[in-house]
Amino acid sequence: MKFRNMAVAVAATALMSGGAAKADELALVAGSIGKDISELRMQLDAFEKESGHTVKIVEMPASTTDQFGQYRLWLSAGNEDVDVYRTDVIWAPQLAASFVDLSEAMKDEIPKHNPSVIQSQTVDGKLVAFPMYTDAPALYYRTDLLEKYGKEPPKTWAELTETAKEIQDKEREAGNSQMNGFVFQGAPYEGLTCDALEWVASNGGGQIVSPDGEITINNEKAAEAIEMAKGWIGTIAPEGVLSYKEEESRGVWQTGNAVFMRNWPYAYALSAGDDSAVKGKFDVVPLPAGEGGKSAACLGGWNLAVSKYSQHQDAAIALVKFLGSEKAQKERAMNTARLPTVPSLYDDPEIAEAQPIVTRWGDVVENAVPRPSAPTQKQYNEVSKEFWTAVNETMSGRGSAADNLDQLEKRLRRLKRSAWE
Amino acid sequence: MANVQAGVPPTDKALDVEREGPRPRSDLSRQRLRSAWLFLAPMLLVLALVAGWPLVKTIWFSLTNASLSDLEGAEFVGLRNYWEYVDYGDGEGEYFGLLFDPQWWNAVYNTVYYSVISVAIETVLGLVFALVLNAEFKGRAFVRAAVLIPWAIPTIVSAKMWAWMMNDQFGILNDMLMTLGIISSPVAWTASPDTAMWAVIIVDVWKTTPFMALLILAGLQMVPGDVYEAAKIDGIHPVKVFWKVTLPLIRPAILVAVIFRALDALRVFDLIYVLTPNNTQTKSMSVFAQENLFQFDKFAYGSAASTLLFLVIAFITLFYIKIARLDLGGRGN
Repeated sequence: MKFRNMAVAVAATALMSGGAAKADELALVAGSIGKDISELRMQLDAFEKESGHTVKIVEMPASTTDQFGQYRLWLSAGNEDVDVYRTDVIWAPQLAASFVDLSEAMKDEIPKHNPSVIQSQTVDGKLVAFPMYTDAPALYYRTDLLEKYGKEPPKTWAELTETAKEIQDKEREAGNSQMNGFVFQGAPYEGLTCDALEWVASNGGGQIVSPDGEITINNEKAAEAIEMAKGWIGTIAPEGVLSYKEEESRGVWQTGNAVFMRNWPYAYALSAGDDSAVKGKFDVVPLPAGEGGKSAACLGGWNLAVSKYSQHQDAAIALVKFLGSEKAQKERAMNTARLPTVPSLYDDPEIAEAQPIVTRWGDVVENAVPRPSAPTQKQYNEVSKEFWTAVNETMSGRGSAADNLDQLEKRLRRLKRSAWE
Repeated sequence: MANVQAGVPPTDKALDVEREGPRPRSDLSRQRLRSAWLFLAPMLLVLALVAGWPLVKTIWFSLTNASLSDLEGAEFVGLRNYWEYVDYGDGEGEYFGLLFDPQWWNAVYNTVYYSVISVAIETVLGLVFALVLNAEFKGRAFVRAAVLIPWAIPTIVSAKMWAWMMNDQFGILNDMLMTLGIISSPVAWTASPDTAMWAVIIVDVWKTTPFMALLILAGLQMVPGDVYEAAKIDGIHPVKVFWKVTLPLIRPAILVAVIFRALDALRVFDLIYVLTPNNTQTKSMSVFAQENLFQFDKFAYGSAASTLLFLVIAFITLFYIKIARLDLGGRGN
């Protein structure tokens, strides 16, 4: 509420100083997960008051894979109807040619943000998109259940497997037949690339493709990690996890039917909501690591890019500046637990009170593992598809991890030929 | 669709059907031929614009190195998207291209498998439905309308709806089967490799059987009632009447219905894209093409897939017309 008032005050000042020169009608396209859209609408209302422009949201499905196909199609057709795109952190190299360079317009803002996020959105010196929030996943666990069975939050995947199995079995014996040990994102789509990258990287198996472009995925450590995940299916994770994305796993978790869940911080705000069955009964820790490895969180996050076909580029850039600003990021962190890209906000006491996960996540974000979207350039989507296919097939019992990774390496070699392009 | 034949104007032969033997063309016949072409011209023009031009363009792109961000700069590369041998030297090399892509052939296999099974089930069920709907009973009009509902629902909506019904945790399907004691633990219909394709087939059968029933019903209603009366007077068993009288008479209707459905099934996209996205067990040719065209930076390769998709469908259709001895030209018995 306080922020609303602030926004109104800012808007009033802007109007008095004659800030709204020309009113444009903008369209912003964004995928919808959790409460993202209603939160966004709230901020857009504030922007509308402040600037005099109007902004319409074009809502897209939750899957980043589905969004990408549509955006590429629109952009290649020179679509003028959409001015601002909310883009995934991995898209910058693939869509760079269709977006406006923001480096000049944002030059006062850039120093306030995490340099590695800015770096991830910069392609050949061009700032393709401006950060809106960043993302690094957490392991959600049920404090009540772990306490009941005298368990500690797991530090390694082996501990997680053991704890999940024990609690799940005992809960089921006690008549709670719907209880599952662990849910995550196992559907064949971009989300599985994140999950599996975390298993592999935290087990010392590398990052699929190394930063200098070498294909490193076919190694024993990686195979071991994926084989471990395969062991979860049908034991601690329901078989249906092979078709779960973020929202499906949150559905199982938030109805109180899972001991552990791997998900992004947005689920924290929703799990703590009044309609949640796990309200007050859960907490988060960084993801577990492999034996002798280090916890790895996949770097996610969404950014805002201005279409070069937009007829209202100035207004669109103003909108991006508004939504990426420290103030908007703080508001977003407090309402939906979206992680800010402004480092100073991680020490903010107001955020710490509203969404404790955010201020605890500074280190996790700092050490997050990027997907190989930079080295594989325009071929990233295909690399990712080959990877998630290999993992999903292994988990659904079609071939061993070692064989499938061997196959994957051959396919990636065929894709790469002499160099990634 | 089945316009392979429809685009061809009536031939002399078709117009001469009523006459006996070859005769020199009369003025009248020439005049008829001319007006036939005249009436067909607008349709041919529209077809060339909306079907011919995109097709030619797709084939052209499949012979280039086009990428979606730079369609103007596409350069001709020959058949490289279909077939390419890369020589690494020392007698080593590798084949590239669609014809050597196991994922493409997997998509072809999935599509054909899906089409054969789903169309077969839909035909049999559609026939049963049509026979029931053809009988006189109270409330027939209502039932006829009600049966059409699955066909009237957009595929995206029905796919989403079934995805929820088949959900492993909250789905009504698992709940029903478990209550009935048919399965002991929930089945992940859309995720498990054993059931993913069957999930797609079940939804397709649910959706498309009414369409088949309707087409076959139209055929059934063309059968004159006196045939049945004659059979009744002769004391023929109803089952024999069905096999010897009804089925041969509605055969053309069934064959046309099957080809309509088969063409649709071979191009299946939306159902699979929504119900089992990115699943290698169910990926169809159209999904493969879409993925390459828009998800990956391989517009030319996707165009090649679209071109092959067109050729595969054309080949299967021609083969079907040939073996079914289907008379699409309407040249009569």
